[in-house]
Amino acid sequence: MAKVFGAVTIDADMCKGCNLCVVACPTDVLALQPQEVNDRGYHYAFPEKPDACIGCAACATVCPDACIEVYRVVDKNI
Amino acid sequence: MTREEIIRPENKVYGRPELLMPVHTHYCPGCSHGVVHKIIAELLQEMNVADKAVGVAPVGCAVFAYNYIDIDWIEAAHGRAPAVATAASRLNPDALVFTYQGDGDLSAIGTAETIHAANRGENIVIIFINNAIYGMTGGQMAPTTLLGMKTATTPYGRRADLNGYPLAISPILASLDGTCYVTRQAVHTPAAVRKAKAAIKKAFQNAMAKRGTSVVEIVATCNSGWKLTPAQSNDWMVENMFPKYPLGDLKNVEPQQ
Amino acid sequence: MEEEIRLMKGNEAIAHAAIRYGADGYFGYPITPQSEVLETLAELRPWETTGMTVLQAESEVAAINMVYGGAATGKAVMTSSSSPGVSLKQEGISYLAASELPALILNVMRGGPGLGTIQPSQADYFQAVKGGGHGDYHLIVLAPATVQEMTDFVALGFDLAFKYRTPAMILADGIVGQMMEKVVLPPQRPRRTDEEIRQQCPWATTGKGTRKHRNVVTSLELDSALMEKNNERFQETYKRIAENEVRYQEYFTDDAEYLIVAFGSVARICLKAIEDARAAGLKIGMIRPITLWPFPTARIAELGKQVKGILTVELNAGQMIEDVRLAVAGSTPVEHFGRMGGIVPNPNEVIDALKNKLSVNL
Repeated sequence: MAKVFGAVTIDADMCKGCNLCVVACPTDVLALQPQEVNDRGYHYAFPEKPDACIGCAACATVCPDACIEVYRVVDKNI
Repeated sequence: MTREEIIRPENKVYGRPELLMPVHTHYCPGCSHGVVHKIIAELLQEMNVADKAVGVAPVGCAVFAYNYIDIDWIEAAHGRAPAVATAASRLNPDALVFTYQGDGDLSAIGTAETIHAANRGENIVIIFINNAIYGMTGGQMAPTTLLGMKTATTPYGRRADLNGYPLAISPILASLDGTCYVTRQAVHTPAAVRKAKAAIKKAFQNAMAKRGTSVVEIVATCNSGWKLTPAQSNDWMVENMFPKYPLGDLKNVEPQQ
Repeated sequence: MEEEIRLMKGNEAIAHAAIRYGADGYFGYPITPQSEVLETLAELRPWETTGMTVLQAESEVAAINMVYGGAATGKAVMTSSSSPGVSLKQEGISYLAASELPALILNVMRGGPGLGTIQPSQADYFQAVKGGGHGDYHLIVLAPATVQEMTDFVALGFDLAFKYRTPAMILADGIVGQMMEKVVLPPQRPRRTDEEIRQQCPWATTGKGTRKHRNVVTSLELDSALMEKNNERFQETYKRIAENEVRYQEYFTDDAEYLIVAFGSVARICLKAIEDARAAGLKIGMIRPITLWPFPTARIAELGKQVKGILTVELNAGQMIEDVRLAVAGSTPVEHFGRMGGIVPNPNEVIDALKNKLSVNL
């Protein structure tokens, strides 16, 4: 059986902390920084539980600021 | 598998389209405009038509659309984008000319230009962002504002006897012989974004094939104007906007074989 | 098409001249007394010969914004209308000026204000020469007095508009638009190719193509410091135009003791009055501004020192007289004679005005 490994990178500087990616993620990978803000004062998104990512790109698809990159590996040997 | 092993160029499945300029947009956090800009940029790139594209920006929140997508743009007077696009398209038949307009620009001050350009069947694409409010000027009533909806100029809610009824303009445009494709989409979920992208792709193809006017209405949110969070705005839109502005194709004239 | 001598109306001549200039597009809306421009273009079907686009728009507002869209892509485009319609176009004209776009606008003036009358007038002088729409800008304003000038000013207007990247206006009146005269139509010029436009108009939004940079046509600049720079650049352009493009014609000014200033069709009536007055021994001269903006201020100032008085004759309540008074700066009396609302004066009335207003003894 194949296993899917996913990962996202978020451009913290471009992120406006709108939370739409957090809502869109089916595996609850993402969260907004609870304390830290970027240069423009936004609590930017970050992968709080990166291991749960399946690389589905739901987060990046709904991101209005195009600040999420998605990577995906399907390992057929597992 | 470690994060470092996954994050490699060969494994990248989604990224920022190259045609989006590397700048912060002026849009509020969670604004639908950003998503629509992104899918336009993706499509122009994927369809290899960026070099032929001429966008016509409106007056309204999207007035600065020309700062965000790396193509030629003309900034039109309020409501006049379809007239500007008419001439740009007729005089440059090889160009892909599209307008990007909000509900104030398209369905209030620019109603006449919109209807007549569509009725002439200009080979242009009209992308219509309907968030039922004037965003740029601070949240006033739009023609598309729902009954009961509170805005800066309907602080007690829109009343039919005072302000008239919400205007659904896409069905009017669908009734015109000049339009070949009129559809209503949204960008609030990943699936909706993919459908909206497919719709805009079809519209661009229609324009390139000179099949007439294509109109893609995006039922959108304005969380600042609606005074909700972005996620709450999506829910409010589904509950309140979709009954008045239901999603789906209103007209789709398939090309003659 | 070769050079050709024809008899036709001023409005018809505009249509022929536009095609023969190699104009790329005309966008207009019917309004009396200039509807023959669009009608003649429709009859001549230039889209089948030169490839020129001709489109009847849904409104004057749409027509001027079509001009804006066409001009943004570097094409030679024009519109025509008459006074109420030109009022509707003012927003678009302001945008053309602010976006530094070349375009040609014809106003065949009729009597106003409001719906007014369909008869000839010159009451849109202020609107034409002082900008007309919002903001600090000028149009190059050409005032034809003959059907030949209607023809010639199409090419001149387009050439100046492209030279300075600013809209130009032909300010005609209902007489020049409607009267028939002999006219020499110029030979056909080919329309510029898309490649020529890309070379000559590197700013044009034709689609990025092989260009390294993208083009954006906009009049918006929210950074006030940059907006002021834009305005300073516009003013530099107007200064260059004022220095280089003043045009006028003089009649009997060598020995003139009194001067008439008149433009367009009225200048022709005044010329007849001057001939009658000279037959009676009176030394009247005339200057006819051809460019109403830039105005022949310097020459009128000179003549102001030579003559005992100046009479402006206009089909309005006295508009150009303000520019004449500014030019002479009090060095000589300046009076106005005008008829309004579509009434055209006869030469005797002009002579009477000279007698009554400037105490000229006949």
